[in-house]
Amino acid sequence: MTRDELLAGLYDRTLTGNGPAVLELTNEGLSMGLGPEELLYEALIPALEEVGARFERGDFFVPEMLIAGKAMAGALEILRPLLAETGAQTIGTVVMGTVKGDVHDIGKNLVNIMFEGAGFQVIDLGVQVAPEKFVEAIREHKPDIVGFSAFLTTTMPMFKANINALRKSGLRDQVIVMVGGAPVTQEYADVVGADGYAADASAAVVRAKELLKRRRAMASA
Amino acid sequence: MHTIVSSAARTVTIGHDQPFAIIGERINPTGRKIFQQQLRDGDLSRVATDVREQAEGGAMLLDVNMGAPLADEAALMARAVGLIQELTDLPLVIDSSIVEVLDAGLAAYEGKALVNSVTAEDERLDAILPLVKRYGAAVIGLPNDEEEIPEEPARRLELTRKLIGVATGKYGIAIEDIVIDPLAMPVGADTVHPGRTLDTIAMIAGEFGVNMTLGASNVSFGMPDRHSISAAFLPIAAARGLTSAIMDARSPQVVSAVKAADLVLNRDEWGAAWIARHRARQAAT
Repeated sequence: MTRDELLAGLYDRTLTGNGPAVLELTNEGLSMGLGPEELLYEALIPALEEVGARFERGDFFVPEMLIAGKAMAGALEILRPLLAETGAQTIGTVVMGTVKGDVHDIGKNLVNIMFEGAGFQVIDLGVQVAPEKFVEAIREHKPDIVGFSAFLTTTMPMFKANINALRKSGLRDQVIVMVGGAPVTQEYADVVGADGYAADASAAVVRAKELLKRRRAMASA
Repeated sequence: MHTIVSSAARTVTIGHDQPFAIIGERINPTGRKIFQQQLRDGDLSRVATDVREQAEGGAMLLDVNMGAPLADEAALMARAVGLIQELTDLPLVIDSSIVEVLDAGLAAYEGKALVNSVTAEDERLDAILPLVKRYGAAVIGLPNDEEEIPEEPARRLELTRKLIGVATGKYGIAIEDIVIDPLAMPVGADTVHPGRTLDTIAMIAGEFGVNMTLGASNVSFGMPDRHSISAAFLPIAAARGLTSAIMDARSPQVVSAVKAADLVLNRDEWGAAWIARHRARQAAT
């Protein structure tokens, strides 16, 4: 198998969510001498981007997104330690959680998949995450972005509570706040003082990259 | 066991020996951007269309949810309940997770409403059940607590036991007035989900014999051809003991599946309702 054939195969198997084949091809690529970054940036990430694009168009459905994410996660387990060795930078770190009082996790998990698929490191705090838990995790992991998910109109006010907690801890300016969930709108995100909102998982990644780019440009200016 | 829900002019009986109770899900702004904006602007004009389409489609009760972000939900609920009662005599299901909104809806309602919903969390039970008792309403109980939506049917049964215990024991609500939601999760997220819901239904039916309802459209979330999934799921669930669903009453496919289930489960004597539905549809074409 040539390098291009391997990358094409890895891309296809990731797109179709064939976990075992993705693991096999990842190992095979490494033993052929391909770098972990080549596998990640030339096969896995483009595959997940395509999954997101198809999902957004309505050509792909939830289970297909989940198995593709799972297949990629398997490959990442092999690649992560190698990437750390080579000193490769992730494009960013995201702390993610469903807000306190809310137990819905499907939407949040889809967003996590798309973030990981785009090359972000994702720290998932799970569901029912209290403001102080977010504060703690931001202190510990120093993420670029924190994501709050809420599925209920009654738990959406926790966005504001979380943002207040960040402000009180002096962390508000150190992190980009993104919010999302079925009842959330851009208008609501603006009212609570979030930096970003997106209507679905793949749009969230696009928005995150924009916000990150803007912040980094401002930091270096 | 019979759960009686009524409007000023009509009574609907939910029970294992009754036709499956179709609750129209549509009056709900979640996922409807235009409707959300209208509600924020205090515009309830869309509700009339939703009422008509669902009533024509076969809804026997209507769920009313006014949970639009940044809207005055309590005021909208009171207005919507008032308006809908002028448009139809279908009994209403007052749907909110905010106690004040439930209160506003119940106050504006003439008849015996179904309250959607209370969870098995102590705080929620103590906030919502007194309201249910005060208005003489019936209530939908969700067997989940502050931790999570339990995966295991046995845990859902345990929380159902707690819910029924508190409602009947502490608040004196008749067991007939408690409708349990066995929790339907998307099959697209995990194909084991419907099986768990079906097992929960069978266990609750076996132990308590209470009426049950669920959000049928949850099952098909994220999948193509959602109506076919509902049309497969609901008859199976009805056979295991589900007696009602909050569902898409505008879909002839889903409604027909439920009506056919009534027929084959011997809840439609001599097939009279089935034949009448056929004639009505024939006449309409």
